Amino acid sequence: MTATLPPETGAAGVPAEPSPAAARPALAQDWRRLVRMGAVGAAAQIFIALSNMPVRLDERVVVKPVLSLGYLTLLIVPFAAGHRVGHQIKREGMAVHAAGAQEVVGGIACGAVAGGGVSLLAVLLANFDLREPLVNWSPILAELLSFGNETWFAVVIWLLIGAAVGAAGGLLRLMGPAARRAVVTMALAVGGAAVLEPLVVDLAEGMRLEALTDRLYARRGGINWSSALGLAAASGVLAVLGRGRIRQARTHIASLEGAKRTRANSGLIVLTGALLIVLPLFAGKLTNELLANVGLFVLLALGLNIVVGLAGILDLGYVAFFAVGSYSAAVLTAATSPRINPELPWLVALIFVVVITGLVGLFIGAPVIRMRGDYLAIVTLGFGEIIRLIFLSDWLSGWFGGSQGITKIPGAGIFGLTDVAGTDPRRVFYLVLAFCAIAIYVSWRLERSRLGRAWMAVREDETVAEAMGINTVNVKLLAFVVGAVLGSFSGAIFSAKVGSVFPNSFLILVSIVILVVVIFGGMGSIVGVIAGSAVLIGVLGGPKQPGLLAEFSEFKLLIYGALLIWMMLARPEGLIPSVRRSRELHQQEMAQDAWLKGQVDDDLDGDDGDGPQAAVAT
Amino acid sequence: MTAANGTARRPLLETRRLSVDFGGLHALDELDFEVHEGEIVSVIGPNGAGKTTLFNAITATVEASGGDILFEGSSLMGLDPNRVTARGIARTFQNVRLFANMTVLENVMVSQHCRTRQHAFGALLYTPSFRREEAEIRERAETVLSFFGSRLVGYRFDQPAFTLSYANRRRLEIARAMATQPKLILLDEPVAGMNPVESAELTGMIGRLRDEWGFAIVVIEHHMDVVREVSDRVVVLDHGTKIAEGDYAEVSTDPKVIEAYLGQGTDA
Repeated sequence: MTATLPPETGAAGVPAEPSPAAARPALAQDWRRLVRMGAVGAAAQIFIALSNMPVRLDERVVVKPVLSLGYLTLLIVPFAAGHRVGHQIKREGMAVHAAGAQEVVGGIACGAVAGGGVSLLAVLLANFDLREPLVNWSPILAELLSFGNETWFAVVIWLLIGAAVGAAGGLLRLMGPAARRAVVTMALAVGGAAVLEPLVVDLAEGMRLEALTDRLYARRGGINWSSALGLAAASGVLAVLGRGRIRQARTHIASLEGAKRTRANSGLIVLTGALLIVLPLFAGKLTNELLANVGLFVLLALGLNIVVGLAGILDLGYVAFFAVGSYSAAVLTAATSPRINPELPWLVALIFVVVITGLVGLFIGAPVIRMRGDYLAIVTLGFGEIIRLIFLSDWLSGWFGGSQGITKIPGAGIFGLTDVAGTDPRRVFYLVLAFCAIAIYVSWRLERSRLGRAWMAVREDETVAEAMGINTVNVKLLAFVVGAVLGSFSGAIFSAKVGSVFPNSFLILVSIVILVVVIFGGMGSIVGVIAGSAVLIGVLGGPKQPGLLAEFSEFKLLIYGALLIWMMLARPEGLIPSVRRSRELHQQEMAQDAWLKGQVDDDLDGDDGDGPQAAVAT
Repeated sequence: MTAANGTARRPLLETRRLSVDFGGLHALDELDFEVHEGEIVSVIGPNGAGKTTLFNAITATVEASGGDILFEGSSLMGLDPNRVTARGIARTFQNVRLFANMTVLENVMVSQHCRTRQHAFGALLYTPSFRREEAEIRERAETVLSFFGSRLVGYRFDQPAFTLSYANRRRLEIARAMATQPKLILLDEPVAGMNPVESAELTGMIGRLRDEWGFAIVVIEHHMDVVREVSDRVVVLDHGTKIAEGDYAEVSTDPKVIEAYLGQGTDA
């Protein structure tokens, strides 16, 4: 966000500060900016209220008896506005003043304006009936906003709440880095514990720590008031004691080089792997189910990552391969498959699934791959739908069961040792984990090979790649096929897990969600894609799969959209970007740095060849 | 290695009555052009004369509408650009087109694609032959880059190409062309945008490319001092046809050339 704001909004109307350290007087506000941000906040408040989030989420208590998730959604906005309004743009040559009363006053005012949005809504709710276009324009909302009192109370209280929360946002700017870290850790600990309550309870049950969770959580959900304080205090103390050790460790690892770095990395990988193998043993059904769903999407996202992230082919119909994988596994293993039912063991069927999906990848890819850019995206979108409609069609219902789908698909038997089916999410998770490991290995290995370099070259400039002797059609087709095969793994596991396949499990939405996961996590980055799946699918939920925040499932797409927009503004390279991708998006800054560095180098070795003059020409 | 003793043998590259049309415009009009092994040929001519179109036609980037292109005696017509490169013709671009986000080393490694064989399975199984080939690719890339002295080596290996200075980008493009292990290199305005010192240095390198690496070279160039310095033979194009051919002294005194080109004051 920092870089996208035009500089004049930072210090407009304020005379240049003589000393960068001095705080400014409390009322020296940039009122226009303040009111504008407040108004945006107010609009956001009204939008959130009318999206019905507060009402639907009111039952979910966060801190008993003070705060519900519904109210929390309304409080976030004035807090963010109050914090944001005190933001100073830090650039070289621009005066920076110390945070002081000005930030708090600004936060109060901005928060109050944002809270005023709710006040306004309360008045409107009381006097007009707009239920016709706005379905959530309900008395329940009015009651919620006024806390069961009169309308005037709602007006006053929301102005006050907005001001208070905005002040808190502004206060955050006054704190030093240590204090801020402590406060953020406390908020995250309490908020995390409250929001992730089902997960914590589930894990605690697995580890026989029910006593702890009984103490922490109220009987009907939500953290107890007292234990919330305790938790906050404990985490605050930990944060102060920790003093950013995690960050230190991270920079330390990042600064390692060569063999040491490799060792540190492989240590981390082994640790994560061990954790993932041990964790499910202590986790209950819910956690394992979540993990399995996340894993399925990790597989899909890794496959799409090869197509989009490495080879740069924007495939909007990736769900097709998921569908083909699911259906071919279903047809080959289920006894109830309408036309052919060889009832193969799952592992044997998987070989055919891979071959079939690979061929479908070739078949779809061959015509599509010759197109570029937008045309390619649209055509893949079409093919994604075509595959689904083929499975849905009456014409082939004798083969695939049409809209009835294929049901009673047996679980995946592994060498007769175990039978993996949806009834035991833990086994599903282990199966998914194994295939994720394969997919990660494949992505990692291929990226660093002759083929991976060719994919990157095609992504960079297809014409030149062709002129440099790369058969772009073959290379792109291969990306398509590798992506398809990884997607088919996910499909085959999916059908064994769910036990049935229907055409409407493979809507376009699935393609979009996978793409959002890849973009959100960081295109071209394996770790990023995994993190993206964990956050989006694990916490918010997949297209049909409930996530940790099951209450949010109704608003999932709204939140996906908001997250994506925020991400594109604040961190376009994704959550955990690949080095290359972030380089690409910050080319100018990097080029400048390198130029400065190059100048120094050239001065040292007396090389007059590429001094600043030469570089400036670019 | 002059043009005189070259003509005795079969030319390395030969275009016969090559034509390229863009709609009604004849960018190349029945052009006969040849390059012999170990020869440096300059192609000059006013803007729009068809010089870059000749390169594009040879590398199959644009489709020829008539005539034939023979390389080592067999036709290149109808081949995809990557097949042409595999046959042994590499090129650089007038407006530098590197793989900007790949590192310097990767740029050169990737252009060995058509000379290497390892496929996905070798990479997945991490076979000895895969590792050997990767090492070879890397080594060859480093050898090629060290041709340019200290400019593209060392810490520069792992820098993304977009951080390079303009002159270094041009050098990297040449390195990338060299790495495809060609017999013929087509350089499209290699010194454009360079300062006189850099330009003189690169001029010397073009000679070394022929002498040390054995490439035949075709250069499109506007800088007459470069043309004079490097060329065994100069071909002058105007309106898609060849209006003069010979060594620099002959060409520069040819009245037709002076009329079409030098006489109009476009001399660099």
